[in-house]
Amino acid sequence: MLVYLCGKKREFKKSLTFNRGIYGELKLEIKNTMKETTQSFPKIELDNLDNLWFQVGGTLCNIKCEHCFISCSPVNHNFEFMNFEQVNEYLKESVSIGVKEYYFTGGEPFMNKDIFRILESTMKLGPATVLTNGMLITPEKAERLKSISDNSIYSLEMRVSLDGYTEKMNDEIRGEDVFKKAMEGVKYLVQNNFLPIITVTKTWEDSRDEEVLYGFIETLKSHGYPRPRIKILPSLKIGQEAVRTKGYDKYEYVTNEMLVDFEASNFICSNSRIATDKGVYVCPILIDSPDANLGNSLKEADKGYELKHQACYTCYLFGAICSNFTSVGRDA
Amino acid sequence: MLKKVALIGGVYSNHIALQATVDDAKIKGADAIYCLGDLGAFGPNPDKVFPILIDNKIPVVQGNYDNSIGNGLDDCQCGYTDPRDNYYAKLSYDYTFKKTNDVFKLWMKHLPAEIRFELGNYKVLLSHGSPRQINEFLWETTTPTHFLQKLCEDYKADVICTTHTGIHWKRELPGNKYFVNAGVIGRPENDGNTFVGYTMLQLENDSIKSEYIPIEYDHHALAKEMKEEKLPEKFIETILTGWWTTCLEVLPSKERIKGKY
Repeated sequence: MLVYLCGKKREFKKSLTFNRGIYGELKLEIKNTMKETTQSFPKIELDNLDNLWFQVGGTLCNIKCEHCFISCSPVNHNFEFMNFEQVNEYLKESVSIGVKEYYFTGGEPFMNKDIFRILESTMKLGPATVLTNGMLITPEKAERLKSISDNSIYSLEMRVSLDGYTEKMNDEIRGEDVFKKAMEGVKYLVQNNFLPIITVTKTWEDSRDEEVLYGFIETLKSHGYPRPRIKILPSLKIGQEAVRTKGYDKYEYVTNEMLVDFEASNFICSNSRIATDKGVYVCPILIDSPDANLGNSLKEADKGYELKHQACYTCYLFGAICSNFTSVGRDA
Repeated sequence: MLKKVALIGGVYSNHIALQATVDDAKIKGADAIYCLGDLGAFGPNPDKVFPILIDNKIPVVQGNYDNSIGNGLDDCQCGYTDPRDNYYAKLSYDYTFKKTNDVFKLWMKHLPAEIRFELGNYKVLLSHGSPRQINEFLWETTTPTHFLQKLCEDYKADVICTTHTGIHWKRELPGNKYFVNAGVIGRPENDGNTFVGYTMLQLENDSIKSEYIPIEYDHHALAKEMKEEKLPEKFIETILTGWWTTCLEVLPSKERIKGKY
């Protein structure tokens, strides 16, 4: 429909090559190449860097979720942990820019041994949010987080990912025993005065929305979290999720026409950047795309970005998917 | 020269608290009284608010609610993302829109986005949410000092005053700058107290001093009027108990945990 209105299309090419491996075995290599043509995509300028993200856990995670959009796992070294010094450099730079909020993601941030020092340093400057699977949060770690929070005037938000309100529903996506361990982590956080934001990626049909939301509320209440905050996210059909589902439809792109009378601030690239151990990328979703690397400093990354990826389509449809706003549905 | 000004935050149709606040500010000797917008919403009979403001010559900054009602928009642009919050916001908006006289709608449409004046040598800027966005939430626990300094620099102000969040706070910034959230008089602050409050900003020995002044008003009379107007029980509960029952999902954790819900 609207995909190719503003220029020539890009051509996707699949090439098959047979090579010999080191032991002389025959190996089939499939290469997907994209031939850039004159297709023009809408460009979004960085209005103000309000939200600075850190890929502090790299792409390393203690679990391997079926729907992870950057395919994190215990062995994915595409991005490594960021150390204290690396993060601090960006924090320093962020002050003169006037960054409003700091977010820490991965991978699993609590696998990074520097995470507590990093949070202490951040919370002197502004509010911080950590995106975690909750499994590595022990009573001692939860107490340490409480102490960091208590020593700051700013909010420390803990976003714990769960993808089902039962063990079966969750662990089918996130792996065996994940539900139990994550719920333990939630309990320790609640005991230490946190109101963790339970972040759920939507993997069910629309008709089940209400049932699933209330399922979460009831389960969390029965696990010692009396007034749960819940954030439901659309799935991003890239990385592992493209393998689990059919991925994006070929027409699911953002076009110039779609942005007429559209509020550009709905795209997080208008107000966010993410620092990694390999430089600054346009947004947390696209770090696997080399073209999304915008430089080695926040200053260098202050440039516009073309919405050429299909994940941008999800951002177009849902907006604000990365912020902390939560949802609890209607009164029962 | 102005030395002492009263700043009134969101009114939310609470005409009883508005009258009590104006009376109090006059008794305390305010040189001027300003209102930071959001005149309607939540409370009953919005038209009772305008005569108090106009008769007392109170300059008003346009809030997101005033912008919506004035321009006949479909919703209040409150910035909520939760369906339950939006459900209640919609009930309240439809009621307020229906009950607001066309003359006042036009008056709200033309309210300014900001008001500037000088308090001694200090350049004061009044805006509703933030100087850069009418419905931006600037909470105490999610607004860094360096961010506020940048706002002061970008908008050439020494003192920035806002409302919109519903909870008052203030911060002294490096370089003799100040930020003040004046609070609101429309509903209590989610702390179990039924009073509301406004802020008195004054010059004292060439320094800026800001004081939040609680206002006790006849909240039972307001609750009765809300009931007569068939406004949601959840809203009336807030007026009578001091605890927020709606619009909770935008609260950062440190503000949220202080509340009951």
